[in-house]
This record gives sequence, C-alpha cells and structure tokens, in this order.
Amino acid sequence: MPLDGNAIGGLLHEVFGTEMTDAVATCGTCGASGRVAETVVYLRVPGTVVRCRSCSAMLMVISQIRGTSCVDLRGLAALDPRGDG
Amino acid sequence: MAGTAIRGRLSSRPRPWQVATVTSVIRETGSVVTIELEAPGWPGHRAGQHLDIRLTAEDGYTAERSYSLASANGEPVAITVERLDDGEVSPYLTEELRAGDELELRGPIGNWFVWNTPDGGPLMLVAGGSGIVPLRAILRHRQRSGSDVPVRLLYSSRTLDDVIYRAELERYRNDGAQITYTLTRTRPPGWSGYSGRVDAAMLAQTAWPAGQHPLAYVCGPTRFVETVADKLVGLGYPSERVRTERFGGVLWCRWMGTRSAACCTRCSERR
Repeated sequence: MPLDGNAIGGLLHEVFGTEMTDAVATCGTCGASGRVAETVVYLRVPGTVVRCRSCSAMLMVISQIRGTSCVDLRGLAALDPRGDG
Repeated sequence: MAGTAIRGRLSSRPRPWQVATVTSVIRETGSVVTIELEAPGWPGHRAGQHLDIRLTAEDGYTAERSYSLASANGEPVAITVERLDDGEVSPYLTEELRAGDELELRGPIGNWFVWNTPDGGPLMLVAGGSGIVPLRAILRHRQRSGSDVPVRLLYSSRTLDDVIYRAELERYRNDGAQITYTLTRTRPPGWSGYSGRVDAAMLAQTAWPAGQHPLAYVCGPTRFVETVADKLVGLGYPSERVRTERFGGVLWCRWMGTRSAACCTRCSERR
C-alpha cells in the first residue's frame, strides 16, 4: 500500500534543505495542486516514487545511491515550498 | 519540472542525524511501547510532527523508519512503537531496547500534519490503531496549553486491550474531550460502544457537523485513512480541512497468525 508525503519529510529535507511537507506541488499532467504531505508515496520501489493524488501521474522520483541523491522532478509543473500556492 | 524554480533558501534548517539516549521504555499494550529519549541537540517540536530513526547493523546495513512524536510541544522526545512480528526494526525497538541504549534520529519533521492552538477547531481526530500517536500529542498539547478548542476523537481499535493511552484518554474526557471507541475485532462483555470499522454512518453520528467548520486530522493505515477522509469529504468537510497521515498498515495475517507489515510472500506461498 502506498503512504503519503509525510513519510518522506526527512528525505525531502535532506534533498531540498528545508521542510517540504507543507509545500504545494502542482501536477504537470493534470494541473491539480496539493500539499506534498497529501501526495501518494511509494517507498522502496526501488527509489521513492511520488504520485499525484488526483490523476496518479508521477510527480517526483528520488533515488539515493552511494551518497548521491538523484532527483527527477519532470512530473511537476511547480513546487512552492512557502506553501501559499 | 521544466521552467520551475524552487523558491526559498536551501539548507537553511538542516536536520542532521544525531544520537539520542533512551531514558525509559514504557509498555502501553501487549505489542506497543513508548520510548522516551534524551536528545541534546533537539530543537523542540510541535504536536503532529514525526522523526526518523536509523538503526545500523554491525556490517553497516542500515534501516530507517519514521515514527510520530508522542509527546506534546515542550516535552522531551518520545515515540510510541507497535511491534510488527515480521518487522525489521519494530521488534528490536519494542522488545530489546533498554534505558541507556542509544538511537540515531533526525527531526522534527513535518509542517502540515501539525496542530497549533491558533489553528483552532473544532478538532475532529480520527485514529486507526497506532494512528492515535500524533493525535495523542495534539490532545496533550491542547490540555497543556489550556486550550478550550472543542475536540472529538473517534478511535478504531481491534480490541479494548489494544487501545493505546487509554487511561490518559479517559482523563481528557474530564476536560471536555468527547472520545468514542469502535472495536473491530472483539468486544468485552456488555460493550455498549461502537463495533466494526468506521463507516459513513458512524462518522455522521460522531464527527462535528461540517457547518461548524471543523478541522480534521486522520491517522492510521493507508486504507483506513482513505476511507475516513473520503467519508468526511462526503459529509461536507472541505478537503483542505482534512489533514491525513498514513503509515504502513498493520495487517493481521490469517495464514501466519501474526501481525504483519504487508500481506506478504509467505501468504502467497500458503495459498
């Protein structure tokens, strides 16, 4: 079963250097906006896959190997860490 | 994310791994313990936030897990952990960890599934199993801060003995919290409360009417949270007033007779 964006708060903090669970993510596929905390998250796929709660499109993929984080954000239209949309 | 800038300064508030010392391990139920920790570099936390725990084996293998903070704002770090029989981390935390042991942690984490007194209410808290943990932090913070925000808790548990923090929750009743249990597996003789899974009818009876502009926090296994959140929205709660947190569900495996993190390869082999 998938989890949600709360589960990767620590990982996202590591990658972005700031708290991201209340950031607003806008899906590049369907245009829906929502808090990162409310996205659909699959851990250990391998890698971490974040999907849109409205249309299930892939928003982010984060893989960590040998101390390097590979971050694919192509599914996002916008990511606003101030949380004001 | 073509053409998108990430605003805000990066690396402004690092969350490094730090070593914390276990000060006590308190047994809550047969399979659940609360672990209190002394974390010298801890910057403080808010009700609803969580932390990450990292365990490292002698061969360097590491396992990370997230746990909700069980303590209120201003209290020492505490987490409450349920044992999953096939788990990699929880059997160690619930059975082997002792006062004086050290754990690596980072946090606090989360800025959405968080309640501060100015967020107000009325608060509708819905817990499935150990999903009560961050909601207990919210109830505790509400009481410690002297807040008079009206609060209702609907707590789904397998049995009455599996209710975590039962004595403490009963005390909150005296402060005006309205607390309802529903028992999904077995009920004690003479049980007059709800039984069975949370459904639309139960929520319609126990949740604040949407017209009172409630703020809901729902925490539990994924399927539980999805059901409850859908039903609350169906009752007229705006989705942005329904904050959710899902954890890897605790399943009762019919085949192995154990609490399980996932219904698993062992089950498929048996079928």
